[in-house]
Amino acid sequence: MAKTPLDEIRSSQVWRSIFRHGYPDTERNRTLAALSNIFLHLHPVRVRKSGLGVRYTWCMGGLTFFLFLVETITGILLMFYYRPTGDAAYNDIAALRDHVPLGVMRELHRWGAHAMVVSVWLHMFRVFLTGSYKPPREFNWCVGVILLVLTLLLSFTGYLLPWDQLAIWAITVGSNMARATPFLGHEGPGASALSVHGLPLIHSSDDARFGLLAGPLVGEGALLRFYVLHCILIPFVASILMAVHFWRVRKDGGISGPM
Amino acid sequence: MDALADSPAPEPANPPAASVPAPPRFVSEYPSYQVSRRGFLSWLAVGWGAFAASGAAAGGAFNRFLMPNLPLYNPPMVLKVGWPDAFEKDKVDERQKPNGFWLRRGFDKATGRTGIYALSTTCTHLGCTPNYLSAEQKFKCPCHGSGFYETGINFEGPAPRPLERYRITLADDGQVMVDKGRKFQQEKGEWMDSEAFLAI
Repeated sequence: MAKTPLDEIRSSQVWRSIFRHGYPDTERNRTLAALSNIFLHLHPVRVRKSGLGVRYTWCMGGLTFFLFLVETITGILLMFYYRPTGDAAYNDIAALRDHVPLGVMRELHRWGAHAMVVSVWLHMFRVFLTGSYKPPREFNWCVGVILLVLTLLLSFTGYLLPWDQLAIWAITVGSNMARATPFLGHEGPGASALSVHGLPLIHSSDDARFGLLAGPLVGEGALLRFYVLHCILIPFVASILMAVHFWRVRKDGGISGPM
Repeated sequence: MDALADSPAPEPANPPAASVPAPPRFVSEYPSYQVSRRGFLSWLAVGWGAFAASGAAAGGAFNRFLMPNLPLYNPPMVLKVGWPDAFEKDKVDERQKPNGFWLRRGFDKATGRTGIYALSTTCTHLGCTPNYLSAEQKFKCPCHGSGFYETGINFEGPAPRPLERYRITLADDGQVMVDKGRKFQQEKGEWMDSEAFLAI
């Protein structure tokens, strides 16, 4: 058979430097296609039939990851317009509505966040119902619980950023919980034990809530702090734990199903 | 009778054990996953077509999102700077330098007229901001040493042309109004335009 242009491309040095396997029409090449690709290697080479059944998995883990990607992309776009300062934050959000084409990107981000909280809970519910937390998957269940908490924290920190009355008072109420942190919250259990000669060491001006808000009240310091947590720190930690989570799914016997 | 003749031969009463098919080992071997070549290719085309279309739509949307309908965060281009008698005669007024222009009231040697003009603070060499040196009555750029007279005419250093002037008019309330959106260049003869200079 004559060599087609496609064959020319596939046999070129450029192509062969990127793809180190032949056409995936054999078991070996299909395996190599997954193993030699950074984006595919977290995924198992083979998937159980039960893993393909939507009625069994609800695809809730995959949907949660998809929503995380949606939030990442829309979030990066929103960062082009949003300034986390007291003067600018609210007006920048309003400008998205008034002056920016497709400012609906902000609504996509917000509704995607709500959907992600729902889907991550449903994912946990499904894993519980199918008993997929049982050995050898108990470690991955724990990683998943941390990812659940990170999802809720992403939602919580993002709630402050519109910088309207709802945001400020919701975070005031929410962060009041940190007052009751054991030992480190000035109203928490054990805080009174941390005292020298009757003088308390933990005050409202240096406890856990103060560290979270960079001050005793929800102010500009809290806005900047929540912005960095929301855009950088929590997504960074969550990305690493997600890589662990997906990798362990494979190492612990594949997507949920009979062992 | 013909139908009978066409019917297949009856199967043997006891088929050999080897002909019993082995249970499927892979998903692809289940009967429900058997797909015809034509069906597979058409679904592949639909799938990739939808993927490409949604990707193109998303890319277009992202590009559009990054182009606001008006410049955001920009300071106003039109400023009221006070009543004409607020400016001392024959002196460069530096109060509007943070907004990007000097004002000077008095006789203008460059145009031979008396009044107020607004001079851009952007050096015509590479865009730095010159300083006004009152003792030498000139603007001196700290970057590469370009020098300009109080009229804005360049006389030393690498600057290739005079500083630009901005549109200057009287507002309805009688205040001097400067519009940075319209500039006048001396080398194009624009300084003689009526709005390049506020005759008083």
